[in-house]
Amino acid sequence: MLQLSRDQLILAYTRMRTIRVFEERVHAEFGGGAIPGFVHLYAGEEASAVGVCLNLEMKDKIASTHRGHGHCIAKGCDVKAMMKEIYGRRDGLCGGKGGSMHIADLSKGMMGANGIVGGGPPLVCGAALAAKTLKTGAVAVAFVGDGGSNQGTTLESYNLARVWNLPAIFVVEDNGYAETTASAWSVGGSQVKRAEAFGMPGVTVEGEDFFAVSDAAEEAIRRARDGNGPSLIHLTLPRYFGHFEGDAMTYRGEGEIDSLRRDRDCLKGFRTRVTETGLLEEGQLDGIDGEVAALIDEAVEEARRAPPPRRDDLLTDVYVSY
Amino acid sequence: MSKKSFRAAVNEALAQEMRRDPTVIVMGEDNAGGMGAPGADDAWGGVLGVTKGLMPEFGRERVLDTPISESAFIGAAVGAAACGLRPVAELMFVDFLGVCFDQIFNQAAKFRYMFGGKATTPVVIRTMYGAGLRAASQHSQCLYPIFTHIPGLKVVIPSSPYEAKGLLIEAIRDDDPVIFFEHKLLYDEEEEVPDEPYRIPFGEANVTREGGDVTIVALGRMVKLAGEVADKLLKEGIAATVIDPRTTSPLDTASILDSVRETGRLVVVDEASPRCNLATDIAAFATENAFGALKAPIRMVSPPHTPVPFAPELEDLYMPGAKEIEAAVRAVADYAH
Repeated sequence: MLQLSRDQLILAYTRMRTIRVFEERVHAEFGGGAIPGFVHLYAGEEASAVGVCLNLEMKDKIASTHRGHGHCIAKGCDVKAMMKEIYGRRDGLCGGKGGSMHIADLSKGMMGANGIVGGGPPLVCGAALAAKTLKTGAVAVAFVGDGGSNQGTTLESYNLARVWNLPAIFVVEDNGYAETTASAWSVGGSQVKRAEAFGMPGVTVEGEDFFAVSDAAEEAIRRARDGNGPSLIHLTLPRYFGHFEGDAMTYRGEGEIDSLRRDRDCLKGFRTRVTETGLLEEGQLDGIDGEVAALIDEAVEEARRAPPPRRDDLLTDVYVSY
Repeated sequence: MSKKSFRAAVNEALAQEMRRDPTVIVMGEDNAGGMGAPGADDAWGGVLGVTKGLMPEFGRERVLDTPISESAFIGAAVGAAACGLRPVAELMFVDFLGVCFDQIFNQAAKFRYMFGGKATTPVVIRTMYGAGLRAASQHSQCLYPIFTHIPGLKVVIPSSPYEAKGLLIEAIRDDDPVIFFEHKLLYDEEEEVPDEPYRIPFGEANVTREGGDVTIVALGRMVKLAGEVADKLLKEGIAATVIDPRTTSPLDTASILDSVRETGRLVVVDEASPRCNLATDIAAFATENAFGALKAPIRMVSPPHTPVPFAPELEDLYMPGAKEIEAAVRAVADYAH
């Protein structure tokens, strides 16, 4: 916590707040029928994406999950272009061809949300291999859900990252549910012991605590950058919304989400911590809240007005040349 | 120019491209061999010796041996390609696509489209295919129709050493994901191959014989067999054009149509399982676009719809050969309304 500058704290809060408001707004817009397709929201998990990505450089790569909006914002993707993408508009981040589940911006080192659970870790091994081979000094982070942690791709990637000694970090975002299925039931053993079994350090951190996440990430990223190989960070996190929008969440406990929002909210925790220690003031944070609200309003307004893709767009971008 | 085997031609293409471009790397199971073992280094050079000698020249940093984890290392090749390398990954036998296909067809093939044209994924996946080594059901399939089906992938099926070298160099320099099929029974075939690097463009078929009576389209190892049949039948007055498409995606449909419009008779020879293979695809295409020119029903020469059997007698029965091709060509040549 002490390593973070005032500017970094402001950036951290701004990004977490942006993710929260973005997701709450997408939830509302989806409910109103404005957004097509499948949407998976990240609200409640903001401290993970931001706590990790604040410790990354532009050259570093991340691969995301089904729940990718937060990772995009945390890595610095353009929020208005993201909203347009989720609306399927032509000047969206991916030209309206990817949508929520494939939102990406390689120029920012964001290798994509992924429609395939466990799709990202092998790609991150490749990004880390490229960094190592080209000696760029970059690292690569795979965000994986508790669901994705049970895929063979993920476990194979732990092994490959270890035996190739790659500058890779695996962040297991354990929000308690793979779709409807509780991680307490679906995960055999423990995430940290899995890491240890593959010969890499692993740590469990309360993922709603931005500062704890940031500290763990800083250590793992430094280890990777110094050539000391991969690490795993297991984050326990609250998920405020359903698996996807439209999920009635009948599998969740009575009052569960209310208590998560009350007791485990990363934004509240951050605000309390920085104001009580005098690092930032309430007024500053309120000001950021206002700026973020205005930005998301503008993003939605622009997305609503943005033109759809053109007929010709159907056939472009399949190949570089064919 | 010197006589080279198909194996040597592939090896030479890899070595020359690695010398030319430091971002080209090679990875796969036992591509050098002996990693971490007490005995010889570069012990295998791939299971059939195709990558032998690359590791001593380029080092372990550019010739990577992998655990037997196709999902992880094929995916790593894809991810590395999206981040500035030009990896050539070896999927030892194409039959193993079942343990890594997601990284090929959902990731590599779709990045460019899903990301609005902003991704470039210049990965090559070399893989062995085909029957004939008594390798039974899980080491003998063709499966290139499955890859051809996927938008975003390019699929290359070289038919000879010369073709293999030029097409592999093209594959490595290409900016899209390319699946490169090497038939096991072709590795020891030899022919004159230029020593210097050269490129054979994708989507341009090679016409190996020209004749006005019948069009034979054949793929991979079947090209040579089709040529031999054409030579034999020419002596009897049946003149066949033999077309090697070289790549099934992109497919040089213009060359096929031009020939079919001239001959009016088409035989497609495809070693892949008969349902939804390249033979059915090309036959459908010719029917849709050159129906008026056809003088006989199109004939397709493919194996039966069974797994590849083990017993030599059964495998010989399974594989399409010169006899089946000849019978099909005679049937369309003799066909009368």
